[in-house]
Amino acid sequence: MIQHLVDGILVGSFLSLGAIGLTMVMHILRFANFSHAELLSIGAYCALVFDKLFESVLPVLSTKFGPLSITGALAVSILISMAVTGFTAVLIDRLIFRRVRQKGGELSMVFASFGMALVIRNIIGLVFGLSSELYSRDIAFAMVLSRDPLLLVKPDQVFVLFAALIIMFGLYLVLSRTTFGFSLRAIAENPSLAQVHGVNLRRMVAAVWIIGGALGAIAGVFYGLSYQITPVMGRDLVLPIFAATIVGGIGSVYGAVLGGFIVGVASNLAPVVLPSGYSPSVPFLMILAVLLVRPNGLFGEARA
Amino acid sequence: MIGIISYLVFFTTVASILGIAVLGLNLQWGNTGLFNGGVVASFGAGAYGTLMLGGPAQDGHLGGFGLFYPLALLGGMLAAGVLAWIVGKLTLRLRHDYLAIATFGVAVAFENVMRNATSITGGAQGIRGFERPLRDVLGDGFTYNAVFLAGVLVVLLLVYVFLERLTVSPFGRLLRAIREDETAARSLGKSPDRIRLISFVTGSVIIGLAGGLYGTFYAFVSPQDVLPILTFQIWAMLIVGGAGNTRGALAGAFLIWGAWTFSGWALSRFAPVEAQLYTGSIQFVLIGMVIVGMLLWRPQGLFPERLIVSQPGRNREKTQVEGFT
Repeated sequence: MIQHLVDGILVGSFLSLGAIGLTMVMHILRFANFSHAELLSIGAYCALVFDKLFESVLPVLSTKFGPLSITGALAVSILISMAVTGFTAVLIDRLIFRRVRQKGGELSMVFASFGMALVIRNIIGLVFGLSSELYSRDIAFAMVLSRDPLLLVKPDQVFVLFAALIIMFGLYLVLSRTTFGFSLRAIAENPSLAQVHGVNLRRMVAAVWIIGGALGAIAGVFYGLSYQITPVMGRDLVLPIFAATIVGGIGSVYGAVLGGFIVGVASNLAPVVLPSGYSPSVPFLMILAVLLVRPNGLFGEARA
Repeated sequence: MIGIISYLVFFTTVASILGIAVLGLNLQWGNTGLFNGGVVASFGAGAYGTLMLGGPAQDGHLGGFGLFYPLALLGGMLAAGVLAWIVGKLTLRLRHDYLAIATFGVAVAFENVMRNATSITGGAQGIRGFERPLRDVLGDGFTYNAVFLAGVLVVLLLVYVFLERLTVSPFGRLLRAIREDETAARSLGKSPDRIRLISFVTGSVIIGLAGGLYGTFYAFVSPQDVLPILTFQIWAMLIVGGAGNTRGALAGAFLIWGAWTFSGWALSRFAPVEAQLYTGSIQFVLIGMVIVGMLLWRPQGLFPERLIVSQPGRNREKTQVEGFT
């Protein structure tokens, strides 16, 4: 039971990171982006490519940090992957979403995002193969936190949790303390009024995609560290991430963080009451429950 | 020769069944502007419902009530309708992207439950041993398939006429009114939430009917039949054909299904052996590109919706542009 709870919190850390980007995009561009989870795949594979590259070019970097399976090469790769994924997100927006936005309504965007998810996911499958990949082939031994009740945690998972919390705190500071953060929130509240006040809408939209892509890339790598990297990870993550945004309330960054942890914990606690095969349905049940009890989520506001 | 004809019969049957589903989606998306991300859940509910109600008694899982076939098909449609009603009731009054997310979630959960609830649905094995109606009279061969195709075409025609009548009726105008300007419709004393729910459930029942026919045709349904790709295929059919145009939607169904089967055949025939494993991925990329490409370059579809506007003049052009929202 406690093991499930702890695992859930660890899973929640990367769900939250994914959900933050999604909720920002949904708030500012006003469409449900079903291809957001593919940014996690792009990030994970991008980090994998650079990780392998650095390990072969600079073997110095392939020493591990303490008990972690993370190497210097992977740490640098994560940073590169964040940048690459962020710019990929901007590129996809420029090439596809912005043009669809100009032609059709919000729901055309949802259609387009479904189509993009299908294209990205399967191109990744074609390039990297359909089998799963790992950052490190070594077996990561779990630390025994306590023997009764038995509680096992991998060092990587602890690192992932703390890194995610630090990143979220950094984002909180940016959003609440800087002019950039204020502009971003102004655009979300009222795009026309914000533009009158000299906020550059296009630049802000690009910034949202970069933040969403960069956080998605970290989430993807963390998912890869916790499980494995597969071309279909986006397909498996899209519903939990949406559930996190809905639980937290669409548009609320803090809600997305909390929602991610709630969905993570709930999905991991579910096998206690449900047979384990049903866990993919848990995010959907949570969406239904939230819509029934509190349609705008924990921190969301009603908006037409 | 007989091989080609019997293949054509087979192809036309499947394309027509999918065409019925596209017509149901057209009512939801084309006429009412409702986004259904879980077409496959309604389709699957129809197929599973029909086979469970109409099939012979089974060991190991529920079903096998051996109902009279039309009753079983109606039961399948009812199952699809009830599922749609629950989802619609919860989400239609909220921001419209909630409907997209919730219906997508239904489809994922539906497939998951069908795969795991072995004692009810037969699990990954699916439901086998369904006795197709009139099989003792017509046998299993070409005659059966030809008669079945005729039956499917009759159903398709009935659905088509029903929807054509519906769209020109006052109710059809109401649907478009809500799609174009909800506030205006509300100010005229209409209840958009209720009308949208009716449209959503009706569309899902039609999709469930298509699912029931599909299950009957193969006399078998398994979780493999309710994967999300079917939703994408049916969307592609509607977007290519032209949302809001019933005939366009049907043309889209035949075009996309033709392109899908042809690409599958061509890839299995001409692609090198190493690439065979990736045939599915290539087809998925193609269907995704069709959806995105149509939205970029021809969002109104190959056969756009023709709006009957009471006040001709400048407004007509404007309405035409906004037709795809």
